[in-house]
Amino acid sequence: MVSRLRAREDERIDRGRPVTFTFDGTAVRGFEGDTFGSAMYAEGRRVFSRSFKYHRPRGLVCCAGQCANCMATVDGRPNVRLCVEPIREGADVNGQNVLGSVDRDFLSAVDRFAGPFTPPGFYYKTFIRPRRLWPLYEKLLRNAAGLGKLNPEATREGRFEKEHRSVDVLVVGGGSEGLQAAIEAAQAGSSVALVDDGPEPGGALLLTESGDEPARALANKAREVGVELLCPARAVGVYEGNLVPIEYDNVLIRMRATEIVVAAGVVEQPLVFPGNDLVGVMLPGAASRLVRFWSIKPGERAVVITADDSGARAVETLKAAGVRVAATVDLRATMPETIVASGKKGRVTGVSIDGDSVRCDLVVASGSPQPAHALLSHAGARVDYDAGRGVFVPVEVPDGIRAVGGAAGDVGQPGLPRPSFGGSGSKAKEFVCICEDQTTKDLRYAHAEGYDSIELSKRYTTVTMGPCQGRLCHLNSVRLYAETSGTDESLIGTTTARPPWSPVSLEVLAGRPHEPARRTSMHDRHKKLGATMMWTGEWRRPYAYGDPAAEVRGVHEAVGIIDVSTLGKILVSGRDAATFLERIYPNRFGDMASGRIRYGVLTSDAGRITDDGTIARLADDTFYVTTTSTGAGAVVEWFEWWNAIWGYELDVVNVTGSLAAINVAGPDARALMERLVDIPVDADSFRYLDARQGHVAGVPSLLLRIGFVGELGYEIHFPSVQGEFLLDALVTEGADFGAVPFGLESQRVLRLEKAHILVGQDTDSESNLLEASMPWILKLDKGDFVGRWSAEQVKARGLETRLVGFRLKTDDLPVEGGQIVGDGQPVGRITSVRRSEAADAIIGLAWVPADKAVEGASFEARVDGELIPAEVTLEPFYDPDGERLRS
Amino acid sequence: MTFQVPCPNCGPRPVEEFTTTGEVRERPVESPSRRDLSHYIYFRRNARGVQTEWWYHRFGCELWFLADRDTHDNRVLETRLPTSSRGEW
Ligand code: FES
Ligand SMILES: [Zn+2]
Repeated sequence: MVSRLRAREDERIDRGRPVTFTFDGTAVRGFEGDTFGSAMYAEGRRVFSRSFKYHRPRGLVCCAGQCANCMATVDGRPNVRLCVEPIREGADVNGQNVLGSVDRDFLSAVDRFAGPFTPPGFYYKTFIRPRRLWPLYEKLLRNAAGLGKLNPEATREGRFEKEHRSVDVLVVGGGSEGLQAAIEAAQAGSSVALVDDGPEPGGALLLTESGDEPARALANKAREVGVELLCPARAVGVYEGNLVPIEYDNVLIRMRATEIVVAAGVVEQPLVFPGNDLVGVMLPGAASRLVRFWSIKPGERAVVITADDSGARAVETLKAAGVRVAATVDLRATMPETIVASGKKGRVTGVSIDGDSVRCDLVVASGSPQPAHALLSHAGARVDYDAGRGVFVPVEVPDGIRAVGGAAGDVGQPGLPRPSFGGSGSKAKEFVCICEDQTTKDLRYAHAEGYDSIELSKRYTTVTMGPCQGRLCHLNSVRLYAETSGTDESLIGTTTARPPWSPVSLEVLAGRPHEPARRTSMHDRHKKLGATMMWTGEWRRPYAYGDPAAEVRGVHEAVGIIDVSTLGKILVSGRDAATFLERIYPNRFGDMASGRIRYGVLTSDAGRITDDGTIARLADDTFYVTTTSTGAGAVVEWFEWWNAIWGYELDVVNVTGSLAAINVAGPDARALMERLVDIPVDADSFRYLDARQGHVAGVPSLLLRIGFVGELGYEIHFPSVQGEFLLDALVTEGADFGAVPFGLESQRVLRLEKAHILVGQDTDSESNLLEASMPWILKLDKGDFVGRWSAEQVKARGLETRLVGFRLKTDDLPVEGGQIVGDGQPVGRITSVRRSEAADAIIGLAWVPADKAVEGASFEARVDGELIPAEVTLEPFYDPDGERLRS
Repeated sequence: MTFQVPCPNCGPRPVEEFTTTGEVRERPVESPSRRDLSHYIYFRRNARGVQTEWWYHRFGCELWFLADRDTHDNRVLETRLPTSSRGEW
């Protein structure tokens, strides 16, 4: 049965362009311009979904995307509102929240049998006992709860973007007031954007007898004066700083506006009476939309009950569509005691008004139109109850926000309907909240149980918490509460309106996935050399080029080459540079000669270790500071912050990206360097901890003789653009010495052999210098420095725990983070552990109780559940006297 | 947090571009008692109302500045560059 009316001039459908999709497997034919909902209604479908709790059949109520009644799953995407979702060829639409189909839902037994037994709080009260059955209950309840099903295997489809924009004036709502406000603002010279959720602006204008013409004229005028029309689009909410996120197709526009004009109009309110959720009971706007937009005859025989002019308009529209209007009630003129709808198989068959029954298949009913104030409330406006008209109106609208039209409270003089028309006798459910299936009885029950505040009642009954977000139930629930408690609505107040006002999909919020990677200038060479890459913070670095153990051997026996460009590199220069470093580091730099290097550790004022690196003095007033690989940004910020306080004459420049760095280390490092550099590198001219400038293979470089990996080594810092060139030169020239490129894994073994710590790996946000066994860093005989007082406090209280090296007497490798056990209790943890060929043992670093920090002390580590004896080693495991390092 | 912060250097920019270390605290000058030290390190007034804070334009000009922010409604009333304690800027 197809119930399209004769073609009309301004219908939205294009009858020349049919579109076919399926609903629950059956083909549905509509036209371009239809929504899924309108096409299904036109083909005679009346039941669109099953209700949340009782699985009652539900049909179109608002036809404006405001309720939950037409929600279905479209092409795997749950909770799509069919009444507003444009039709798509071949789409696969399925009912949800049913066992069977929306027409035959086996879960509807709940309605018949469980109904009276599932008041609010039922689940909490019932399934709490016996406790041991909870896992079973939970599984069953979880299965029955929620709306729609997410496909956990689904992957991102399509492209989603975010746009950051600003305008002088943003108008939300494209009805006549919104369009007019936009036109005026644009004419006054402002940049203006207007958001409307319809396919074309017009709002309520589109539902009047005069048809599309006035709306189209206004919209054209707006375009002419330069208003940007965003539709269909939805304003998600109003946030601080007049920020309005707008969902516009697959783009989330973060729109910042100097002025926001809320012209969101009104939300038609359902009447509360027994049977008010029967299929065929709808709001006046829904009936009008069916007729005007899609030329659909909504029913055969209608009863119209409204509190304002929307009734008269509906009657006119219905009559024009050939619907017989069997009865009309204008609540301004007469206020019935009772209204009761009756039905068959969930569909309305008649209404009885004060006992007079009228047969019908359509009930068009609404109460006072509620100003759509949610966006104003987000912005901080208060709403006051207007007792004369039975609606909440916004007051105290903050600066930068303006409300116009219906949203501002301009709703005329509607009649004041009863909070419920059930009277005393009726047994049928009268719904206050159709999304959550809450009836007048449930609310009264909650009130009787002591939930006498509307905020508590909301949490207990979940009224207003469903998909309509209170659009169709907030006002009615407050009014019913006022009646139940014998107070007035202004004392009951409102629940808090929070964004989002309209549903927004997570993929739009997420936008395009960004996982920025930093690559060193030698990245491609590493890959050509066969490196496996790994993430370290935001950097991509070689894990190894082959066998890490062979790389370790190469460094110990010949020479190794590693890209250390990821080190943070900071130039600190200026008259006060030395004074500044003295004050920000716990160790001393003032007495350091130019051309020398010192290891430095940064601590916070709480004494916690935050970063480490080397500091080379290049000249009296110039220092070159390196930091950990992920620490450069934070250290620069830290330096700048303290200097904002201290005000030294100083420049801090982060040169991490502009300079690359390579460490050349191993017994043959000097021989290799000799072939490439233009400065003397013999042991006397270039000592351990010397910094020299020269050219390596012709590349201007800063050379630092330091030894993180424990062998004679040179760290070469040079312009990033020369990265590949210099790496190639070192690898080629190094071939004669058996040079090996080495990666992070072998570097970790090598540094562990020297018991060199990794900040963040061996230390955490609690570690201080003394307990991390670095007392020599701390120079308490100099003046004030960051962290000094806390260090003094630690010293005074005594050490509780210590970071020490250990050897394990086992072949099984414990995990990093593994437990250290004393007297059966966890007393510490392993922070680093590796097998070392050079030490011929499993070695590591661990936090142990301070009294264990003596050479040869033993403790137990948990490895795979077993306790393995370990022995404390205070010296480095390799070259303890540093002879190789200094050679 | 979606408000805007007027950077003294760049003008009003979205808050996401900045970081803050919170309210300005008085750092003890002499060796403090354990109690005073803990107070300085851990205690925050957490005022409801206007407080002066350190802000840093991380994704912008990379400058630290002081901001008077109303913690109640996130209005930033004023921002300024610090006048250095040594008075030599
Ligand atoms: S009928 Fe579609 S959302 Fe209300
Ligand atoms: Zn800035």
